[in-house]
Amino acid sequence: MKRNKMFTGLMALVLVFTMIVGCSSNTNNTEQNTAKTNESGSNTAPTEGTDKAVSGEITVITQRTDIVDTVFKDYAMEFNKKYPDVKVNFQALSDYEGQIKIRMNSDDYGDVLLLPTSIPLADTPQFFEPLGDLDQMKSQYIGLEERTVDGKSYGLPITVNFSGILYNKKVFDDAGVATTPRTPDEFLAALQKIKDKGVATPLYTNYADSWPLTQWESVLTTVAGNVDYVNVTQPNTDDNFVAGQPHYDLYKVMYDAAQKGLIEKDPTTTNWEASKADLANGKIGAMVLGSWAIGQVKALAANPDDIAFMPYPTNAEEVIMPLADDYLLGISLHSKNKEAARAWVDWFINESSYPTTEGGGMSPVVGAELPATLKLFEGTEVKFELQTPATAGQEGWVDKIDKDAEIGLWQPDFKKRIIEAAIGNRSESYDDIMKDLNDAWVKSRAKVTQ
Amino acid sequence: MFRNLSYKSQRIIIIIAFSLIPVALLFTLAYLPVFNMFRYSFTDWNGYSKQFDYVGFENYKTIFTDPKYFSVFKVSLYYFVGSFLQMGLALYFATILSFKVRFKNFFKGVLFFPYLLNGVAIGFIFLFFFRPDGTLDTLLQAIGLGHLSQGWLLNPNIINVSLAGASLWRYMGFNLIIFLGAISSIGKDVYEASDIDGANRWHQFRHIILPSIKNIIQLNMILAISGAISAFDIPYIMTGGSNGSNTFVIQTVDVAFKYGKLGMASAMAVVLLIIVIIVTLLQKILIKGEK
Repeated sequence: MKRNKMFTGLMALVLVFTMIVGCSSNTNNTEQNTAKTNESGSNTAPTEGTDKAVSGEITVITQRTDIVDTVFKDYAMEFNKKYPDVKVNFQALSDYEGQIKIRMNSDDYGDVLLLPTSIPLADTPQFFEPLGDLDQMKSQYIGLEERTVDGKSYGLPITVNFSGILYNKKVFDDAGVATTPRTPDEFLAALQKIKDKGVATPLYTNYADSWPLTQWESVLTTVAGNVDYVNVTQPNTDDNFVAGQPHYDLYKVMYDAAQKGLIEKDPTTTNWEASKADLANGKIGAMVLGSWAIGQVKALAANPDDIAFMPYPTNAEEVIMPLADDYLLGISLHSKNKEAARAWVDWFINESSYPTTEGGGMSPVVGAELPATLKLFEGTEVKFELQTPATAGQEGWVDKIDKDAEIGLWQPDFKKRIIEAAIGNRSESYDDIMKDLNDAWVKSRAKVTQ
Repeated sequence: MFRNLSYKSQRIIIIIAFSLIPVALLFTLAYLPVFNMFRYSFTDWNGYSKQFDYVGFENYKTIFTDPKYFSVFKVSLYYFVGSFLQMGLALYFATILSFKVRFKNFFKGVLFFPYLLNGVAIGFIFLFFFRPDGTLDTLLQAIGLGHLSQGWLLNPNIINVSLAGASLWRYMGFNLIIFLGAISSIGKDVYEASDIDGANRWHQFRHIILPSIKNIIQLNMILAISGAISAFDIPYIMTGGSNGSNTFVIQTVDVAFKYGKLGMASAMAVVLLIIVIIVTLLQKILIKGEK
């Protein structure tokens, strides 16, 4: 009996120790393996046409779950022709923003990844490797200012988008809208005509999927008619949501359209994937989106020429279609193979053709050829311009005020509120909502800028 | 090396050896996060930064003074009422299925199945179910009640009833299985004796089943009520808390991840934790008082 007990006790201890030892020995193995690869790689002399000096294994994290096993695999093969000693692994996250944030609390968040938009600008250097001085890189790339801290840039945009209204030309033509509407009044009148025709939903909000509503915020520059508004004027005004100001005018179109029944019948049960097909097939007139969506909708259309893009309606003198960075590509501060990671970043932006093909926008490389979607606007009054970066010392203010006030400029919440109020689900009016937002803005602006 | 130890100390070694791993897991996965949550609730941490400031009770002050944080609790009332309905139905089905019924196991399976489904899948199923001309409307038309169909998620007066209904559908199976287990532990001889005494099914339920599973009903009750207070997955997936279906947990998640106020969200989570503890204690005290 006594013996038995002791035996069990010993077994238990052995069990505990094997588990602990087992875990640690595993780690050792991996480390050794990686070390080995590094050594063998760096000792090889570079040969012609390829760069063998750069070696190692890198993990690239992407948001493109749809093409990670197809297009990205091809990219890796192309990349290996130039850098044969770099092994590239991919990880695709379906909810990129949400999942990467949690991983970034550890040291293990890949070697090359997209900079999450929600990390405060000032915190960027804690997580990412600087790619170079802005002054030097400016001649080579556009759109670097978004993630530049103390003169150093931390990311290259994977593509440069422009935003406006994606619409089905045939639906507009059939309803008797000959010219593209330029002002909000013309736009609402056009939508009304489509409704009267009774074939298509004039304007689709995608309320239930929520994130498409945030696309509206990116056309703020068009409404303002001024590239300074978003980053320079906005953080210095207390009248951000007051009648006559860009935000008020921008979302008034959304409110009016919803109130007049120019949006989908039941916004609470919309579906993004289905809406793309419906727009392609003429069941939907228009949606507010970025240029990245053009290719996706055209691919679904029986006649791709029906799908067109126009600037958001504005009363401003100039029609500015704002250019804005998509996600920026950066390198983890904790990467063990920074050289190889850098090689991937440069190759991906300059040589993979991702920015114009899969990304669907403009290449951030200065002097690169314009995509077909942009060439259409050559010779029109529409201007394509990047937003002015924030004044020195005011970087990140808009974001700070926005978060502190829980307004959510880039969140769907108050857009949903506007639609709910417009269709009669809330007792508040449009002006009530705007006043509420403005009060929150004023309060938090005082706090942040003091 | 253990030979010289007494039986008692050997026992202690065994107990420690066996509980070391579960306790370590419990500590790292349950207590440490909760401890950290308490710590964060006194800071203005944004979820990323390496440094943060301690702000004392500032976050708690905001929660209790700004009505927008607490007003969402009225949505929980729908789930609260729904949970009673859920318990009633579960008890009803569990009782029926514990007697002799044809295809008994099949029905058990059917009723328990929703609980096995992934919450996201259920969210999508019910989005199709509630959409205009969707499953529910088609069904109503088929049985001649077409005039009742309406915007199930569109109408702000109905949306929470719809969502609580979906939640009921999902979690009833769980209550059912627990009740079934409790009922099956009642000895067969008790039923036989009552049969001889001339008791019908209702009598058996009222005087045998109900008193025997009283503790389990209490347990389910506590689970259901704390579930109603912390309702999250169904409304989050289906509506994201829009159109007046916002719950306290959805709001906490929003504050943490949309607005980067992790300190504030931790404070909200602490408040929720305290509320659930209070409700559970109250329930225990009240039920004891009855005796």
